[in-house]
Amino acid sequence: MTNATANFINVGERTNVTGSARFRKLITEGNFDEALVVARQQVENGAQMIDVNMDEGMLDSEAAMVKFLNLMAAEPDISRVPVMIDSSKWSVIEAGLKCVQGKCVVNSISMKEGEAAFLEQARKVKRYGAAAVVMAFDEIGQADTADRKFEICERAYKLLTEAVGFPPEDIIFDPNIFAVATGIEEHNNYGVEFIEATRRIKQALPYAHVSGGVSNVSFSFRGNEPVREAMHSVFLYHAIQAGMDMGIVNAGQLAIYDEIEPELRERVEDVILNRREDATERLLEIAERYRGEAGKKKEEDLSWREMPVKERLTHALVKGINAFIETDVEEARREAERPLHVIEGPLMDGMNVVGDLFGSGKMFLPQVVKSARVMKQAVAYLLPYMEEEKRLTGATQKEAQAKILMATVKGDVHDIGKNIVGVVLQCNNFEVIDLGVMVPAQKILDVAREENVDIIGLSGLITPSLDEMCHVAAEMERQGFDVPLMIGGATTSRIHTAVKINPNYKAGQAIYVTDASRAVGVASNLMAEGGREAYIGEIRDEYARMASAHAKSRSGEARQTLAGARANKTKIDWAGYQPVAPSFLGTKVFDNYPLDVLVPYIDWTPFFSTWELAGHYPQILHDEKVGEAARSLFADAQEMLKQMVEEKWLTARAVIGFWPANQVGTDDIEIYGDEDRAEAEAVLHSLRQQMKRKNSERANMALADFIAPKESGVPDYIGGFAVTTGFGEDEVAKRFEEKNDDYRSILSKALADRLAEAFAEHMHARVRREFWGYARDENLDNDQLIAEAYQGIRPAPGYPAQPDHTEKKTLFELLDAEASIGIKLTESFAMWPGAAVSGFYFSHPQSEYFGVGRIDRDQVVDYAKRKDMPLAECERWLAPILNYNPADVEDEAAA
Amino acid sequence: MTREERIAKLHTLIKKRVLVLDGAMGTMIQGYKLSEEDFRGERLKNHAHDVKGNNELISIVRPDILLDIHLEYYRAGADFAETNTFSATRIAQADYHLEDLAYEMNVESARIARKAADIAESETPGRVCFVAGVLGPTNRTASISPLVNDPGFRNVNFDQLREAYKESTRGLIEGGADTILVETIFDTLNAKAALFAVDEVFEELGITLPVMISGTITDMSGRLLSGQTPEAFWNSLKHVKPFSIGLNCALGAKEMRPHIDTLSRVSDAHVSAHPNAGLPNEMGEYDQSPEMMADLVGEFAVSGLVNIVGGCCGTTPAHIKAIADAVKADKPRALPEIEPKLRLSGLEAFTAS
Repeated sequence: MTNATANFINVGERTNVTGSARFRKLITEGNFDEALVVARQQVENGAQMIDVNMDEGMLDSEAAMVKFLNLMAAEPDISRVPVMIDSSKWSVIEAGLKCVQGKCVVNSISMKEGEAAFLEQARKVKRYGAAAVVMAFDEIGQADTADRKFEICERAYKLLTEAVGFPPEDIIFDPNIFAVATGIEEHNNYGVEFIEATRRIKQALPYAHVSGGVSNVSFSFRGNEPVREAMHSVFLYHAIQAGMDMGIVNAGQLAIYDEIEPELRERVEDVILNRREDATERLLEIAERYRGEAGKKKEEDLSWREMPVKERLTHALVKGINAFIETDVEEARREAERPLHVIEGPLMDGMNVVGDLFGSGKMFLPQVVKSARVMKQAVAYLLPYMEEEKRLTGATQKEAQAKILMATVKGDVHDIGKNIVGVVLQCNNFEVIDLGVMVPAQKILDVAREENVDIIGLSGLITPSLDEMCHVAAEMERQGFDVPLMIGGATTSRIHTAVKINPNYKAGQAIYVTDASRAVGVASNLMAEGGREAYIGEIRDEYARMASAHAKSRSGEARQTLAGARANKTKIDWAGYQPVAPSFLGTKVFDNYPLDVLVPYIDWTPFFSTWELAGHYPQILHDEKVGEAARSLFADAQEMLKQMVEEKWLTARAVIGFWPANQVGTDDIEIYGDEDRAEAEAVLHSLRQQMKRKNSERANMALADFIAPKESGVPDYIGGFAVTTGFGEDEVAKRFEEKNDDYRSILSKALADRLAEAFAEHMHARVRREFWGYARDENLDNDQLIAEAYQGIRPAPGYPAQPDHTEKKTLFELLDAEASIGIKLTESFAMWPGAAVSGFYFSHPQSEYFGVGRIDRDQVVDYAKRKDMPLAECERWLAPILNYNPADVEDEAAA
Repeated sequence: MTREERIAKLHTLIKKRVLVLDGAMGTMIQGYKLSEEDFRGERLKNHAHDVKGNNELISIVRPDILLDIHLEYYRAGADFAETNTFSATRIAQADYHLEDLAYEMNVESARIARKAADIAESETPGRVCFVAGVLGPTNRTASISPLVNDPGFRNVNFDQLREAYKESTRGLIEGGADTILVETIFDTLNAKAALFAVDEVFEELGITLPVMISGTITDMSGRLLSGQTPEAFWNSLKHVKPFSIGLNCALGAKEMRPHIDTLSRVSDAHVSAHPNAGLPNEMGEYDQSPEMMADLVGEFAVSGLVNIVGGCCGTTPAHIKAIADAVKADKPRALPEIEPKLRLSGLEAFTAS
């Protein structure tokens, strides 16, 4: 520690179940003896105070707090220092205050729940004779700017000293240390805001102290302790100079500012003080070098450059490094007899290593796609030489192992998964012909015939694509194909492939592929000399078994009658409900919506699952298995996202609308053009759950339940929206593809998708608070948004609460979405551009997300009639959720 | 004179001279050599448990004795009578199965002390005599386990103490106490519960009395039984802004001096000292003479360490007279200006520098 820190009070942080996994384990196991050892070590390591926190969902926090404090009281070498009683629950704090004879510190109180609660707690703290940590948190939320931090602290100080008579020296402000270098631009200044707020608090609020949970600042580097320690040390160095005089830290692990390796210190300082725009990137660049090293400088390891060229190529492929690829390929080309030999030799050898590592779970999809990029660029470099050789000698190109045609079927626009599969297959020496999206069956078959492909792969994301795949299979049969047909995509399944697609294609075999990781295995088996027949035979047997088992059980699960389900609809007290009228009726269009506003709303977890990295963000970044791959992918994503936003690669557009609406006939919703509600402008149809309820407390829900019935006389409303961030995405992706950079191409599409979802989330928040305004006081952070902790829902047609995609047509007509913002619906009701989200807004507090589940024929007959749609067509759209086989019904009718 | 007027007078007097507390109560009562029957009186003739030695009963069954003792002390020069309520809490009275008399004991004790004060005042026109309502430590501790093998166990908790102390406090106030004196504190957590209760009762009744606090340094370790140093003890309790902070019991004046010195330095409240008459001899008796004790305690005043002095175990009206005479001419300790700093405590004091 430097002199500047001599007056700094360090509070031991390890006896905190939320901050220390080890302590949590000890406490939840009831191993209090060992837990006391943790406390003792804190004091021995120089903690001048001990923070005790028992806020763990599985614990009786009050009992644990009391027990631990009582045990600590019996240990003079621990209890000699003051205790900081830390809990977000007042009851736990109060239980702790009743156990401690010394003068302790309460951590924390705030104006989060308003002045009255704050004053009451402050008076109690005073009466118990404790000091208090006061968070910069008020009714609006946690303060993140220096201005807000200071304003809240100043207001709290005034209240405490004037209304409560709280001694100012017993006030410890915590102006919120937030994580920096998260990749989110608005987080970059968090360190500076804290330091600035500290300076102002110390200047303007006499005797008050400033503290904070220091380890928060480095949250985004979890798992990299050396970098974290450096960040803590640098942060404290500056915060202490500004007046911070207390902090919750791991006293034993604080790096010494002056001893931090200068390059690391400079880059950390850039991040903490937000001194340059690329500070985060620059710290990320070098962060990995320090992992596992205690702050010592580690040179970027370029020793692999000294290896023979063959091994260098393997290294570059495995590590996905393209910086030297052209030099190395050139060197290999000079050594080789023919350019082709470079591909068939060292490059293929390297890709085989990649394939083996991927197959054995030691490499992950994003890394493989990066390897593929290196491979593609290597091949692209060699291509002119090969052309030249051909021109001179007439030598033939090498034959690829096998040709695979891939396409997203007609009516569907989603292709990220398909593109990933394509890249992985190319890595494994398959030749891939990618026809893109919305490809009609005939085009697929024409190209397949021309190119004499060995395998056809179909992809689709929305449910109507399932039907289109059946159609392609039937056409293959009819037109005399027999090549294997691979099926993949979000809504596809093994059972659907076995029961619905495969029976249409008796001459060949349809094969379901779970994910990109499996695609290579399936394709290789299909192309294996001699083994192919046996492999197909196995699948054929398996699918036959599945189909027959399905046939036996096809009577379906027991369902309620539609009448029975309606009798058990959601119970809502409409007489006691006053709907909030939206701020306008009709539609409102947003063009060129700023992208930077959307970034904080991104839910990153699905982004990682797109790349087949399983786990929740942000924990995934430190996952033992995939953490490294996830971090690297995340860093690339952040870099691109920043560019995307700054250079406006995408155009975001939205249209929202609100209309008077009432429920009619139990399951439908009439939408009116005006408040007279005389004539319905449109009717929405909803589907009702028909599962048998053992517990009648669970209703058989339909979306119409959440809108006031016409006969109730309650003037209710419904909203609708369509948002997109997809204009520009295809151009961007194409630009990268032309540079042989599939990795970035896929990355850009995945980010566009995330931005569209973020846009929907953001717009929904604005609707709740502003445009509809039924939740003006709502204040949720992103985790709460993702956890859907808000009032009201935004279900989309085609998804579980309303599985019928055709309702999207009504929505788009109401919004006039095609004319107003240019989103088109395909014949399968997929939206183009793909990065788009649409749905309805429901505001009733009891409205919730649910899955309709399987429905019976009585409902489908009724629904078709209500929609004025032929039964057979209706059954086709609803095929994925039918609890019966329409063909059987026809058979019965015919018999 | 109303209580408010007396309290105002107290604040004036304390600036002018060193005030004097009375001496031992137990020692005096023992002098009456009361029998089990005396302790029972008519009231508890049929009580199922022995009550001899339950000194707080005297207030109910033999108020005459108590009145005499208080008068003796006032006449010896004490400014304060301490009410006979050391164990008059529901918790301490449980030993005698007399929990339900706790409230009455407090009311009666305060009333008798007030009566003695009124008499003393009438004997010397112009004199003001104060009644300090005593809250004793109880026989249980909230910070220490009575079971060696189970250090996390407690036989009393904060809320039980707080409820008991509230009841006693209400009784003391009803009976006419001018101040509340939380004394012989060997566990600061018990004292925190007592002071919390006092604060609640003040709020409830809409009055505020001066609060006096007196801890007990158990032995030569220089700490309370619960382990705190005197400064840590002060940090733990200073939030109630007490009228006085001090020490009593366990030690003689000589042994107590360094700790009084500490409190005098760290505290901006008035400082009190009412030590025992020396340390007990081999027979368990206190044999420090009034003159010897007055020399030692008088020096506290000369050195400017104290504002209030008195006696605890083994002291008699003769001791108090000697002490009162010894400090009569001395200036009281001037209250120091203590710089506002975050001052916390575990067993030891912690000051944010």
